[in-house]
Parts: sequence; structure tokens; C-alpha cells
Amino acid sequence: MHSNGFFLKDVAGFLGGYYTFMALMNGVAALLLWRRKGQVGWALTWVAFAAAMMVLASLALSGSAELVPALPQSARTIVNSLSGPVLYTLGTTALLTILFVFRSFFVKPMVAWTILNAMLLLMGLSMADENFAAIVMKPDNVPIVGLVFLLAFFTWVATKQAVVNDDRIARGLPPVEKENDEKVLVWPDLVYTELICMVAVSAFLLLWAICLPAPLEEPASSVKTPNPSKAPWYFLGLQEMLVYFDPWYAGVVLPSLVIFGLMAMPYLDFNKKGNGYYSIAERKFSYLTWQFGFLELWITLIILGTFLRGPNWNFFGPFEFWTPYKVEVLNNVDLPQMFWVGLLDRPLPRAPQGASGLVQAGYVLLREAPGLLVMGVYLLVLPPLLAVTIFRGFFAKMGFIRYMVMANLMLLMLSLPLKMVLRWTLNLKYIVSIPEFSLNF
Amino acid sequence: MAIGETIRNSQIWKSIFRHPMPLDRRNRIVVMLTNFFLHLHPVSIKKQGIALSFTWCMGGVTFFLFLVETVTGVLLMFYYRPTLEWAYNDILALRDVTSLGILRELHRWGAHAMVITTWLHMYRVFLTGSYKPPREFNWVIGVILLLLTLLLSFTGYLLPWDQLAIWAITVGSNMARATPFLGYEGPGQQLLTVGGIDMITDASDARFGLLGARFVGEETLNRFYVLHCIAIPLAVALLLAIHFWRVRKDGGISGPL
Repeated sequence: MHSNGFFLKDVAGFLGGYYTFMALMNGVAALLLWRRKGQVGWALTWVAFAAAMMVLASLALSGSAELVPALPQSARTIVNSLSGPVLYTLGTTALLTILFVFRSFFVKPMVAWTILNAMLLLMGLSMADENFAAIVMKPDNVPIVGLVFLLAFFTWVATKQAVVNDDRIARGLPPVEKENDEKVLVWPDLVYTELICMVAVSAFLLLWAICLPAPLEEPASSVKTPNPSKAPWYFLGLQEMLVYFDPWYAGVVLPSLVIFGLMAMPYLDFNKKGNGYYSIAERKFSYLTWQFGFLELWITLIILGTFLRGPNWNFFGPFEFWTPYKVEVLNNVDLPQMFWVGLLDRPLPRAPQGASGLVQAGYVLLREAPGLLVMGVYLLVLPPLLAVTIFRGFFAKMGFIRYMVMANLMLLMLSLPLKMVLRWTLNLKYIVSIPEFSLNF
Repeated sequence: MAIGETIRNSQIWKSIFRHPMPLDRRNRIVVMLTNFFLHLHPVSIKKQGIALSFTWCMGGVTFFLFLVETVTGVLLMFYYRPTLEWAYNDILALRDVTSLGILRELHRWGAHAMVITTWLHMYRVFLTGSYKPPREFNWVIGVILLLLTLLLSFTGYLLPWDQLAIWAITVGSNMARATPFLGYEGPGQQLLTVGGIDMITDASDARFGLLGARFVGEETLNRFYVLHCIAIPLAVALLLAIHFWRVRKDGGISGPL
């Protein structure tokens, strides 16, 4: 399905308002830069950009296929053809890594503002695509768009302060928060702030409720399964994990471990620094572990599950029509199959007909021996090995129990990206597959 | 005498507010100590503790959204009936017929916003290292509150009883049938047999416990309604009280030691 005149007329009002909002936003920014900071050059830049947005707004309001600003069809086709779970995951990882490594550059207000405008402009141009708009404007998906922008904003706010603090600490100064040690009365300083926040949130919620009706589909029917069937958006990361793991692990064990790991965190993090102020340099390990778990393994999977997984949980590019007839090759194989059949060129070990339960269990163990060995090395050998090598300092400070809990939680968290890589590179389905006990890993 | 002054000098006003307007330092302190709603706060606070760039105000916004959800939820309960016959029709009427049907929008978008603000609050607490001693236990309570927030949203998701609701809950709850040992499709359930009889079946496993039935039906609607409107909000209210109390007892909002 491609953008057509009817769709563009429907979306014209929204896009007109959207670009006008961008123009106003940049106009206000230019005014503040000029009056408060005296940065005339930047102010003029954003005034020019605001004027360009007004031009886009008037073009968008035309609702004409020739005039509404949109990404070229060729660009959309290229993006669709390149898109896939591998590129998405590697791309987001690379992006987060670049943002982290060059954080001192990206936190500069004008750099961040430029990126924000680029994101908003790309979003606006994409909204002129019918397939993109259909997914993004689905009422329950709107909060996730908001979440992306809010997370980007707050990550910037936090990183900016962390960069400043890290620089101060390196120069032997206390963090900025320490400078604000002076006490003020809660009435009025805090109470008024809270009141303003409450009024602002109420106004925002009312506006949201007026502008966007809550979704209501057909009456429930247990015989009419929608395709795709999706869990509520905050659980879509878990649903995405089902691609790589069975439900017992992706849907039960991993979420339980996430909750347990979060609760255990204060008791595992022995680093006394970085308590009560923004800092990265003083707590790099915990910071990176957290950001990897939260941003990469939780948020990006939700975004993937919401916007890029369509019928039959197939992957669709952002501008691709969600056809239920898309076919994806499923040629995944289990590790025992790879080992016995692929490597040794022998059939999988099977118990003879009529063998006792014990003999059958023995054959299952033999069949799964390669996978069990891999798992054993991963979960039992790696933690002590790490304790005497790269985590030697951690082990000495944490003691046996705390170290083992931390190491196992880390390894179980890493089991997801590792399984992803094994799936993409080796088409590996299960490392251990014991259907006799519904135990596949 | 101005009408405002007359009211403030009346016996009724003075019986409620036992101090003059908080216009000077003394009364600004007294108001914090004597007002029930304000006494959760300390009297004074470090300047950095009220800087929005530090706190993001996300904990407060989350609590405010919980209050919005409670008020709009109670009003919706006057109207909505959790039965197969009426659930969908009541929501339909809220959308098309009922005055102030916008309450449903406020409730739904407020719920989504509450999930997001809870995450952002947790994110801020992590990034400032505020889970570290002496606030470890309050972080644990916060994690439980996070879980309960998700469960509140999850149980509420079913109530409109439309296709979106029933299938989202079906997909979400299907995971429970794979629970190790306790789900009838989970690993190890085969081991739980007594005298050749399976103890874990689709009518006795974790999913059944969650849904009250083998599939998402009227029993589930009733169960989720009670969990959504009574059980989970009560648990959240209790834990919120402890959470706030501990913020004070653990030294107020975090800051460099």
C-alpha cells in the first residue's frame, strides 16, 4: 500500500499542526538564545529553520500528493529492504555505544537540539507514509512514541549533568549537587513546584484525552484471533524474546530474574561512589550494565515488538505494508542436530524400543550432552573463571555469595543477546532440547 | 473587612486551619507540621533536592497519576458492569452516549502515562545512585511498586472486553502455562504426578489460577476487575505509604554524602 490522496488529506491537518509546532518550538528557542544567551548566530539559524518548518506546514496543509513533504519512495524502499532484526539490534547497539563514547559532544545543548529537530523532522516526513502512520498513530502506540522522546530527553538531561560532575571530580571538585547544600523551606519552594507539576500534568492529560480517543475494537470473540496478537505494549519486549526462547524462559524465568535482579541491585553494587548525584566515570560498570539492560534489552525490544513486528510476528520495515502473506524461512536447527548429524554424520542417539525409563533418560542425556556441556561451562565454569581473571577485584570485594549472584544474573542477562547472535549466525534454535520434559533452552 | 479576611477569622476556618496564612517564616514551618497532607514533607530541604533537573519530579507525577487513576476509576466503576453482557456495551456507551465519557480516556491515557513515569522515576533513581545505602530497602519497595503498576495496567487492559483486550490478555497470560513445574506446558510438570494422576493440568495450573478458567472468559473478567479495582490498589496504597515514609526516614531526597 502506498500513500494516496485520501490518506494525505486525512493526515494534512495533523502534519500542518506538527510542523507549526516545530516552527514555534524553534522560534521560542531562538528568542531565548538571543535574549538570554546572546547567541545571535544560533538564534538566526533556528529562526531560519522555523521559517522552513512553516513552509513545510503550509505544504502539508495542502493535502496534495505532490506537495506534502515526504521521504522519497526510493528511500523508503531502501529502508524497508535493509530492515531486519539483525540490523535493528546491531544498529541500536552501535548508536547507543556512539552516544556513550562521545557523550561529551552529544550533551552540548546545540548538538542535542539539532538531533531533536532531525528526529522530529524525520518523524514528520515519515508520517506522510500511510503504512508508517497506520502503526505509529494506533492509539495505544502513541504512548510509546512519547516514551522514546521522553527517554531520549531525560537520558540527555542525566548525561549532561554526569559529564559536568565527572569533569569536576577529575579536577578535584565536588559534584554540582554538593554546591546546592543550602536549605530552603518546603513551603513555598517545593510545594509550589509540585502544584505547578500537577497542573501541567492535568492539562497535558486532558489535552491528550480530548485529542485522542481511547481505542475500542470489535466486541471480544474467542474464536476470531487477530493477526498479529500482541500483549500490552509494556510486555512486548517479553513477547519479542519468544522468538529466541521458549515461553518458560522468556515469559516466566527471565522476567522473574529481572525483578529479582532489580531488587538485588543495591546489595550487589558495593561501589560507594556516585551516591546521590549524576556520575558515569565513578560507576562505569553499573552504569553500562544498567543501560544495556534497560535501554537495549528492554526499551528497544518494546519498540521492535510494537512498531516492527506484524502478522505472524514477522519483521516489517517501518514503511512496509503489514501483509499476513509474508513468508519467512524457518530453517533453525538444534545444537544436538548440529553436533550428531552435522558434525559427526550420525543419527541422533535414540533409546531402543521398550527400553526402561532409566535407559531412556540416559539416551536423552547422551543426545543433549553437547548442549548440557555448553550450558555447564557457561553457568558453572565461567563464574569462577571470571572470579580469578577479569572480575578478580569484584570477587575480593563482594565475597562468594554476592559475587556468584551477580555473575549468574549477568550471565543470564547476556543469554538473550548471545542467543540472538547464535540464531542470526548459525540458525541455532535450541542449545538443549528435551521435549520429553518440555525443557528447551 | 474583606470577605477573605472574614472567612479566615471565622470559627469554622480556624477549626480546620490552626495557624495563620503561611506568609512568614514561622507559619511556613507550622503549615508543614500541622497539615495532614503536607506533613509527609520535611519542613526544609536541600536546594538540590527540589531542582527539577535533578529529580525530574517523576516520583511525584507517578503518585499524582495514581490519584487521577483512583478518582477516574471510582467514577467509571459507577457506570461499568464487569459482565459479558454489559462490559463492552458500557464502554461503548461511555464513548458514544454518556456525558463525561472522556473519563475513560483520562483513565486509559493516565494508566499508560503512569507506567512511563514509573520507569522514568526508576531510571532517575538509578542514574543518581539513590538506591545505594541507606536507601536499599526503599528501592526494593519501589521495584515491587513497579511490578504492581504493571499488573494494575495489565488487569485493567481486559475490562473494555473488546478484541484488543481479550487477545492482549490471552497472549500475556499464555506465558503462565509455561511456568516451570506449575504450568501445564512448563518444564518439569510431568514430575508432579501422584499415582499416575497429573497434578498440573490446564484446570489446575498457574494460568488457571490467573484467569480463573481455562481461557479468558467471564471468570477472568470478574477476577481481573476485583484485582484491578480493589486488591492491587490497596497493596499499592500501603506500599506507597511505606515508600514515602522511608524516603523521610532514610534521610530525605538523596544527595551527595
